[in-house]
Amino acid sequence: MILHPFEYHAPETLEEAVDLAEKYGEDSKFLAGGQSLIPLMKLGLFSSGHVIDLGRVRGLDHIRKEDGVLAIGGLAKMADIEGSRLVEQACPALTDCAVSIADPLVRNMGPIGGNVCHADPANDVPAVAVASGAEMVLVGRQGERRMKAQQFFLDTFTTAAGRGEVLKEIRFDAERCRGSAYIKLQLQATDFAIVGAAARLWVHDGTVGECGIGLTGVGPTVLHPKKAEGAVQGSRLGTDAFSRAAELAAAEARPVSDLRGTAEYKQEMAKVVTRRALENALKRAGGGRR
Amino acid sequence: MRVQMEINGIRTESNTDATTLLSDFIREEAGLTGTHAGCDTSNCGACTVLLDGRVVKSCTVLAVQAAGRKVTTIEGLGDANDLSPVQYAFWKKHGLQCGFCTPGMIVSAYALLQRNPDPDEEEIRNALAGNLCRCTGYVKIVESVRYAAKLTREGKTPFRAAARRRKEGEIHGPPGESL
Repeated sequence: MILHPFEYHAPETLEEAVDLAEKYGEDSKFLAGGQSLIPLMKLGLFSSGHVIDLGRVRGLDHIRKEDGVLAIGGLAKMADIEGSRLVEQACPALTDCAVSIADPLVRNMGPIGGNVCHADPANDVPAVAVASGAEMVLVGRQGERRMKAQQFFLDTFTTAAGRGEVLKEIRFDAERCRGSAYIKLQLQATDFAIVGAAARLWVHDGTVGECGIGLTGVGPTVLHPKKAEGAVQGSRLGTDAFSRAAELAAAEARPVSDLRGTAEYKQEMAKVVTRRALENALKRAGGGRR
Repeated sequence: MRVQMEINGIRTESNTDATTLLSDFIREEAGLTGTHAGCDTSNCGACTVLLDGRVVKSCTVLAVQAAGRKVTTIEGLGDANDLSPVQYAFWKKHGLQCGFCTPGMIVSAYALLQRNPDPDEEEIRNALAGNLCRCTGYVKIVESVRYAAKLTREGKTPFRAAARRRKEGEIHGPPGESL
């Protein structure tokens, strides 16, 4: 039961949605699928005078490849992403991640934009977006602007999207994300991650041309361990760079103890999932066994 | 606010608050109590319904989000006198004990068989990952879904055939007894 009343708005275009958010300002909230927001409203942890449902905005649920870029609309459902061959070929980390989120019922209702913009440090897509160097396309009153995922996640439940800005699309470089993977350690199949790691390797002439890493559940927001990335970037394949990167990523992790494990345990597991994600990413990048 | 949707093929319209959940709309406005509100925290899946053909947790959908759309509940699949193959299979293979989770299990299983008529055990378990049962341990549930898949593939409706024979006086007793 939701106790706090609100006024419901169902815009059919992005322009209308942005106008409504502008009009009601701080007293409004976008609802993408509601799979996080509705439980929060039931618990009384969140309320807002105006709920703006983006679910009826047309033309934002696409999954397509254009000029070497995998472009996913903010309203594409996680269930459609999970079943997409295009996604599996262009950014397999996103497929790993999609199938690991909650359960099929939630994935049928929840779009990727909601998972990303909710910016819960326990959400999985941010780690993949950060590791992939994905480009976030935001639309607001001032028009369209783009930024890298690494700049998008600021803090718990806080992103760089301004008031009234909608995440229209997320773009992944298909060539550079082909060697990617996401590893999620869970207590049970439908739970949030104890810790999770996304890794991406772009291999060029037997050397790692680019490395991206993102970690779930080890801090106030998604962790982007730059030093760990640096340890792998430029390294020759067959070196022990992965172990070094895993150590560095875990050193940057700031997990807290909770029902899913102690901080110490999570720190140790951050190492394990980072290394495994890198190894899977390498296999997919065509680096073979190390 | 005025909310209208199609539930099991019947147009349902009501004045309701924006805060009303789809599960409450189905139970209280449409009077269909087969959709169970189990945990009300998006964990158990007892409230599973089809929304435009896809399974969702109706306790985690606002009724207004479903406005103008098609909803199918357990009642839309069959009733006590005319069990659908999935319902029949759960009864025949004892895919339930207390029965509270069963409407959600059956709706999820039905949706799986719609897109995959011959699922293996792993596919069945994945499709039912959002539906919790605290009695059975899932073995009988998986068996029921496999049996339902077989019946569906072969186009068999044994319960319906028995109901017809009962009506014609060939067999006696409560539904299902002579099957």
